[in-house]
Amino acid sequence: MTERIEITLRVNGEPHRIAVEPRRTLADALREDCGLTGTHLGCEHGVCGACTVLLDNRPVRSCLMFAVQAEGTPIRTVEGLARDGRLHPLQQAFWDHHGLQCGFCTPGFLMLAVGVLEANPEIGAAELREALSSNLCRCTGYQNILKAVRAAAADMSAWPKSGDR
Amino acid sequence: MSWVGRNLPRYEDPVLVQGRGRYVADLARGARALRFVRSPVARGRILRVEAPPGVRIITAASLGGVKRLCPRLLRPDFVAIEQPLLAAERVTYVGEPIAAVIAETAAEAEDLAEAVTVQIAPEEAVFDIASALAPSAPRVHEAAAENTLIDAHHATAGVDAAFAGAYAVVELDFVSRRQSAMPLEACGALAAVDAASGRVTLTVSTQAPHMMRTAIADLLGIPESELRVIAPDVGGGFGQKVALVPEYAIAVWAARHYGCTLAWIEDRLENLTAAFHSRDQHLRVRGAFDRDGRLRALDADIRCNVGAYSAYPVTCGVEPLMALAELPGPYDVREYRARARAVATNTCPMAPYRGVSRPVITAAMERLMDMAALRLGLDALELRRRNLMTAFPYTTTTGLVHDEGTYREAMDAAAQLVDVAGFRDRQAAARRAGRYLGIGFSVFAERTGYGTPAFAARKMEITPGFERVELAMDPSGFVEARIGSSPHGQGLKTTLAQLLADELGLAPDGIRVIAGDTDRTPYGWGTFASRSAVIAGGACRLAAAILRRRVAEVAGEMLEAAAGDIEINDGRARVRGTDMAVAVRDLARAAYHQSHRFPAIADTGLSAVATYDPAGTFSNACHVALVEVDIATGQVTIERYAIVEDAGILINPMIVEGQIQGGVAQGIANALFEEIVYDSGGNILTGSLADYLVPTMTEIPELEIHHLETVTEASVTGVKGVGEGGAIGAPAAVLNAVSDALVPFGVQIGEMPITPQRIRQLLREAGASCEGEAA
Repeated sequence: MTERIEITLRVNGEPHRIAVEPRRTLADALREDCGLTGTHLGCEHGVCGACTVLLDNRPVRSCLMFAVQAEGTPIRTVEGLARDGRLHPLQQAFWDHHGLQCGFCTPGFLMLAVGVLEANPEIGAAELREALSSNLCRCTGYQNILKAVRAAAADMSAWPKSGDR
Repeated sequence: MSWVGRNLPRYEDPVLVQGRGRYVADLARGARALRFVRSPVARGRILRVEAPPGVRIITAASLGGVKRLCPRLLRPDFVAIEQPLLAAERVTYVGEPIAAVIAETAAEAEDLAEAVTVQIAPEEAVFDIASALAPSAPRVHEAAAENTLIDAHHATAGVDAAFAGAYAVVELDFVSRRQSAMPLEACGALAAVDAASGRVTLTVSTQAPHMMRTAIADLLGIPESELRVIAPDVGGGFGQKVALVPEYAIAVWAARHYGCTLAWIEDRLENLTAAFHSRDQHLRVRGAFDRDGRLRALDADIRCNVGAYSAYPVTCGVEPLMALAELPGPYDVREYRARARAVATNTCPMAPYRGVSRPVITAAMERLMDMAALRLGLDALELRRRNLMTAFPYTTTTGLVHDEGTYREAMDAAAQLVDVAGFRDRQAAARRAGRYLGIGFSVFAERTGYGTPAFAARKMEITPGFERVELAMDPSGFVEARIGSSPHGQGLKTTLAQLLADELGLAPDGIRVIAGDTDRTPYGWGTFASRSAVIAGGACRLAAAILRRRVAEVAGEMLEAAAGDIEINDGRARVRGTDMAVAVRDLARAAYHQSHRFPAIADTGLSAVATYDPAGTFSNACHVALVEVDIATGQVTIERYAIVEDAGILINPMIVEGQIQGGVAQGIANALFEEIVYDSGGNILTGSLADYLVPTMTEIPELEIHHLETVTEASVTGVKGVGEGGAIGAPAAVLNAVSDALVPFGVQIGEMPITPQRIRQLLREAGASCEGEAA
């Protein structure tokens, strides 16, 4: 299983030329090969969502796909959210509304919420709650995460939509 | 204006929201991977452990000279059991580490571990309390007769007389199934050897770095100075990470032995299988009530399934002894008898988990209160009102001293908030329509911030409790606060900076709190038992008072005034009542660079050290849950959840509420969802998060939280701890609400989690049909 394949991952607009085993998950490739450790691993079986990244602007569990499957598709991670020293509205809202405690689930929740709100800025309360129930948080009891995402929804329109960034 | 009391956004957060946090696994890039081979058998003799040719394997035989873990309680009924870091002759639970392998990558290490052959001759094993206590049960450890590791008793003189004279005796069997604290970041360790000094730096996901260093140095027989322990960002712990993880000691041993940097990053299956569990308890409680509903006596048999070994340093006494001491909770009951046992089984060992026993005993007591009210035909809140302690300090029969609390006030406020009478009308109307609503209250005391007096009473060989803080103002006037405690997500750095800011007359962003590094901080015990805001906060306050005096000495010298006339606010030291002032940053520079001018601080400069070791203080709260039970499916929906709590002075209300919200979510999980399940062979059936049901956003309601702020003299800051209360109060409120909903069926809940299957089972037994016809 040690044969490696050379691939290029495009992450937050930057190309990463890496050599990975076919069994390497996207999450491990991002963390170990690209050095982007903001994407966390909480279960490695697709339930907790701590590893959520955007693939072609849609939230995916990066622990549930292989890195080689992601070649050629733009990937966005938490490291790409802030711009020019300014926090993304969702990052700012999580800070303002105490939407995190230990912070381990936070990157996954941020990417989930970015994906959900970019796809549907007008998303209804029940639908938003349902969407955010994709990921697990063990510290906050979720109330402040929901509050933060609702608050950010209003500010997202002023933030440049990211395309593949 | 005071910084205490403000919802200051946390200093911890900007880094974390940008994904720049540094958890152990993030720091482990490039390290070799350590992987454990674990027992697939619950009990048996190890016949053979064999690695493929050329594979480096660590087994018990490799660890010559390494001691066995053996935390102790110094009490006659305690049976000390030695635990080998790697199973030696025998295995005692599924998941127990038997061997370890090292590879270049985590994936290769997994391959290697799977290639190791382990041959075990299985033996009969015990997994639950009843079978472990059966007369013919096999012994988990030869030394433990009847598989009992602790058998503690408490009794006042008049219990039997009170029961004999009781108007009503109410009995309850209560079972709490096994749970995992399930921090989202599992355990992990990175051990690196410094080639020059030979010292090892161990970076671990822990709540208690100093304690880890002591434990590992003792096990390996090395001086503590050979080891530096760092707790980087920690992805939750909730108690699971307060105890020594034996794998951490193996990581240090292996790094020293092989002279390399290596990492063990626990995966979720390992975490759910072999990281510490909690809660598995069976209580039989009897209450003797008089005609007026006064609880005259309480009698309890408390049995805790503590698994195969004791967690270091707290031991397997943590659950049973907590239950024994605190079962009566906030109630004034003068006759109390209890027996509390720690029962060994061939299951994963236990560590403290948020609330430690109190989520279970509170649920049992609050169920007992509701059942007594039904039996006596009294209103459940009135019954509580007649029994809650009202005069303080109140000393329990077990010797706990309750400081001032607001038990009745919190309950009355909560009742008013949810409009109980209005709810009863709605409930009656709903029942007529075939829908089952319920309301449940939970009134409880949360012992917090207790130091060595409380732990010494537990007779721990290792007695935690104090916290020490070192403050140093640097030449630019910034203050570094080095604390022995070690946060794992609570926002403690922000909390303490706010507290220190008020004491020192500085802004909190001029204060940096340093924690989680044994090279940088004074010895301390860490974050557990709702203690850090109270104890580390208390030490901060005491140290700040000293540093403030020293700053005033310098200012007095510079301003030609008496130090006692100096006041410090907003970063300026001023002669009281004048406009003569000096900026703290200027006086700090002078204190260092013109030190000869300030003989009053010649010995210390602008630094201060203080230690705080209080006896403890009690927070209190009332939780109320409104639920609907779908009797066709057994599903419980929480419609509304309100809390009135009293944690004394709130340093940062936003952080306090965050603690409550998170605790309640875990308590609801305890009541309704989460359960570690073993099969008949001692294998875990809930080894993934698809099976171990952690609640999501759709299961957790919005909480309404209201505060009372009783100023206590039991803590130098007036602060009471609040880390565990949410988890303590929630199961009782939810279970009482579910029971209330099912009153028409004569169903009483005595088990958690009360899953849909169990609710349906109870309803079937009660003869209810799916359509909801009450029998």
